[in-house]
Amino acid sequence: MPVSENNSRLIYQALKACGVRLLSALPETWLVHLIRMAEDDPEMLLVRLAKEEEGVGISAGAHLAGVKSAMLMQNHGFLAAINGIVSFAHLYKIPLLMLISYRGTFGERDPWQTEGGNVTEPLLRALGIPYLFLADPVTAEKRIRQAQTLAESSLQPVALLLMRDLMWEE
Amino acid sequence: MQRVDCLKSVYAELEDCLVVTIMGAVAAELQSIGHRPNFFYLEHAMGLASSTGLGLALCLPEEKVVVLDGDGSLLMNLGSLSTMARYKPRNLVHIVFDNESLLSVGGFPTATSAGTDLEGIAQACGIPRSTTVRCLEDFTVAVSEALGADELSTIIAKVEATGPRVYVTDLTMLENRFEFSRCVRDRASRRAPEQPR
Repeated sequence: MPVSENNSRLIYQALKACGVRLLSALPETWLVHLIRMAEDDPEMLLVRLAKEEEGVGISAGAHLAGVKSAMLMQNHGFLAAINGIVSFAHLYKIPLLMLISYRGTFGERDPWQTEGGNVTEPLLRALGIPYLFLADPVTAEKRIRQAQTLAESSLQPVALLLMRDLMWEE
Repeated sequence: MQRVDCLKSVYAELEDCLVVTIMGAVAAELQSIGHRPNFFYLEHAMGLASSTGLGLALCLPEEKVVVLDGDGSLLMNLGSLSTMARYKPRNLVHIVFDNESLLSVGGFPTATSAGTDLEGIAQACGIPRSTTVRCLEDFTVAVSEALGADELSTIIAKVEATGPRVYVTDLTMLENRFEFSRCVRDRASRRAPEQPR
């Protein structure tokens, strides 16, 4: 499977370096290595979800407990989590660090991903969620640190879109 | 059985717990008995009170966490039962007030009024302790046992579909949220006082 293990490790290590101690996740192809790394790491609490919206509650609970967390999900999982983002994270000023695999955009071969690809950024903008792309391994670590810092200082959800160029080795 | 009587009967025991409630009648009635800084009322995001309790319980194994849920909210996030059962935090007690109704929006019946069995679902998900109670005495016993059990518990409390006249209280959401997080932090620092620098 040509998901980049090296870049997944880079992302994982950057999350650890930010002090992230809890990851919620729902598997998707691009996230397999990241999830396995969390699984193998005794310092990381990995919470496997039935649906991504649960992750908003779990991250909120972690934040109220003083623990830094991040959410790993596909963009369709982001769509599934929107009510929780608005009516919990926004309403109660809860920081969320969301790492969203950006499926259904340029280079996508799976037809079923393409509608989600079209609406991801318009929805992020409509919700007022600050976001950046993670496409280049050179800047990825810094951007993860910046996203985590902004989420904590602004007490709001912040998104990093995991791009094909970073996650996939053709 | 009235929900407010249930809350009164276990109010003293909630003093030492971190409590997360759903919106509507549960939040308003608990506040009418008396707000405490260790109570967090999730006034929206239906379904996520149990997920919030799970996050708190996993991150704070030394705390006892109580979620006060409802049938309408839990039905919106049934997957939460499977996620809780997967991790089985020993310090989490999940109480579901089942009035078979979406009371605050006009009392429309939920699926539990047509036979959906939340205890059965909890049990089948793998929640180690699950029970259904229908009278106040059984409720107080079930909660006391669950708090002493050191095992994840789900208690379905069948209650009347009645509630307070109004749901908005004078405690604002953000005030509650920051007071609660400060309370959690203070409790943690009392358990492990910081070393003098």
